Amino acid sequence: MTVTTTHEALVGGTVAHHPPGRAGFFGSVRSELTKIRSVRSTYWTLLALIGTCVGLGALFSWGQTERVLRIKAHAGDFQGIGQARTNALLASIHAQAASVSLFGLLIGQLVIIVLGALTITSEYSTGMIRTSLASMPRRGTFFAAKGVVFGAVALVVGEVTSFLAFFAGQAILSSQHVSTTLSAPDVLRTVVGGGLFLAVCGLLSFGLGAILRHTASVIATGVGLMFVVWILSNFLPSPPSGWFGQADIDKWIPFNAGSSIWQNQMNGVNPFSPWVGFGVFCAYAAAAIIAGLLLFQRRDA
Amino acid sequence: MIEARGLTKRFGDTLAVDHLSFAVEPGRITGFLGPNGAGKTTTMRLILGLDHPTGGSVTVNGQRLRQLAWPMREVGALLDAKAVHGGRSAYNHLLCLAQTNSLPKRRVDEVLELVGLTAVVRKRTKGFSLGMGQRLGIAAALLGDPSILMFDEPVNGLDPEGILWIRNLMKALAAEGRTVFVSSHLMSEMENTAEHLIVIGRGRLIADCSTAEFIAANSQQSVRVSTPQRAELAAAATRAGATVRDDDGKLVVLGMSTAQVGDLAFENGIRLHELAPAQASLEEAFMELTASSVEFHAGLPLPDRKAEVA
Repeated sequence: MTVTTTHEALVGGTVAHHPPGRAGFFGSVRSELTKIRSVRSTYWTLLALIGTCVGLGALFSWGQTERVLRIKAHAGDFQGIGQARTNALLASIHAQAASVSLFGLLIGQLVIIVLGALTITSEYSTGMIRTSLASMPRRGTFFAAKGVVFGAVALVVGEVTSFLAFFAGQAILSSQHVSTTLSAPDVLRTVVGGGLFLAVCGLLSFGLGAILRHTASVIATGVGLMFVVWILSNFLPSPPSGWFGQADIDKWIPFNAGSSIWQNQMNGVNPFSPWVGFGVFCAYAAAAIIAGLLLFQRRDA
Repeated sequence: MIEARGLTKRFGDTLAVDHLSFAVEPGRITGFLGPNGAGKTTTMRLILGLDHPTGGSVTVNGQRLRQLAWPMREVGALLDAKAVHGGRSAYNHLLCLAQTNSLPKRRVDEVLELVGLTAVVRKRTKGFSLGMGQRLGIAAALLGDPSILMFDEPVNGLDPEGILWIRNLMKALAAEGRTVFVSSHLMSEMENTAEHLIVIGRGRLIADCSTAEFIAANSQQSVRVSTPQRAELAAAATRAGATVRDDDGKLVVLGMSTAQVGDLAFENGIRLHELAPAQASLEEAFMELTASSVEFHAGLPLPDRKAEVA
């Protein structure tokens, strides 16, 4: 190791002193891009996201083709189902072709929650936050740059994932002629919506990360909010119609609201229209991010 | 130039920093001295804006850190060498910091060369030794070629070569007219490097003066004497008003100069084999001054410490 401690080496160098302007948002954006692309966990998580969503979507699509085969096999049976019923079943499978191929998002959301959490909690777990804030002490700028960079990466990868899952699923469904295309009504919205849903899941987790600061607690909270609450909601009692009941609560459940943009009324829930439901989901994420920002500015790093 | 005015930080019931006011001037190394838990790191975190003060304020070059146009071009700090993402390479770590302040990429290469890490720039930092981590932290501090540098316990855990390197680096930086503020609980380290000292204990300012002044003002004058007539010299010195203690077969006379002890021996016909001024070290001065302000007394099993602990 040769070490230079001569004056010439220390002075000046290539640093032009005090250029006009000030350290701001765009420098921080470049910095955050470097950060997110320079750690392996980013790539592993994104690969896991694509693998989970495409793989599970393909599996579920294959399951649907098996169902179609069974329905067709029994269509003419004496004890089987009538032709009209057969056609209705096949039509409903066809109508859900896009949503079915995106089924993996149910698990994929958990993966993007991990990445969203890590984006901010890894700064705390490694101590990097102290170095980061010493070089960029304007916390609002730092937070915004981090959020924008993560949001952009999550959106791009979310859309890629959603489209890959869609095409893989349709390729499988087409073997039984129950596939759909992007030009069919609502399908493009469903597939684009899948990517948007993933990105907002990640941003919700990013907000939780700023609030909680510990990877494990953010993941637990994110999974609880998106997954456990959703499962529990299915066990709520259904009171007599006209009462304030399951459906009224159901639609506000984060997963139900958010997935209304890519689920095609699969379980008879989702009373929100696709964009309204997604808007509600975005509001949840915004609330988490704003709370996270306020705490981030106030707390000691 | 770093200026603190009535700087205060409270954590729950603990007053970590208690109305600190001081100025760190450019062109010299200012040592920031205090026992562990005295509030040195908290003070540095307050300077960097990582902690929000409970009261008072601290400015760097006349402004709060968050108001500086280009923070890295004015202040560089090494607080904790482990404050890096271990999965990132040394180069990318420095690059992401440089980008926040629009510093050119070649500056990253420059500082890597300066600290001698060019061989490991692509390696992930989790495999770095303590010394390499420390060098990386210093590279980060130097990135913006700042006029103010802060180092928190920079020699902790380093080998002698590393300690010498950091010491020379700090001296060179100060010689260039920069403000160098370095904390340590090692008095010997400060004695070797710092020209000026800010001493704190329990969050409060104890001293703000030059290192020489600090030693002179806070240590008693003492003389080491070796003589075959110990009892006689001890008696004579005591009569003359000095205090005498035995130190490993030699006498240490407190409160007299070497000339006075020599004259005393001559007047009493006492033979001397050795007569030397015992220079009080910064360590001793420091211990004397902060004895009451150490937050955690270790329960050392030494007889003379037991009384103190109890």
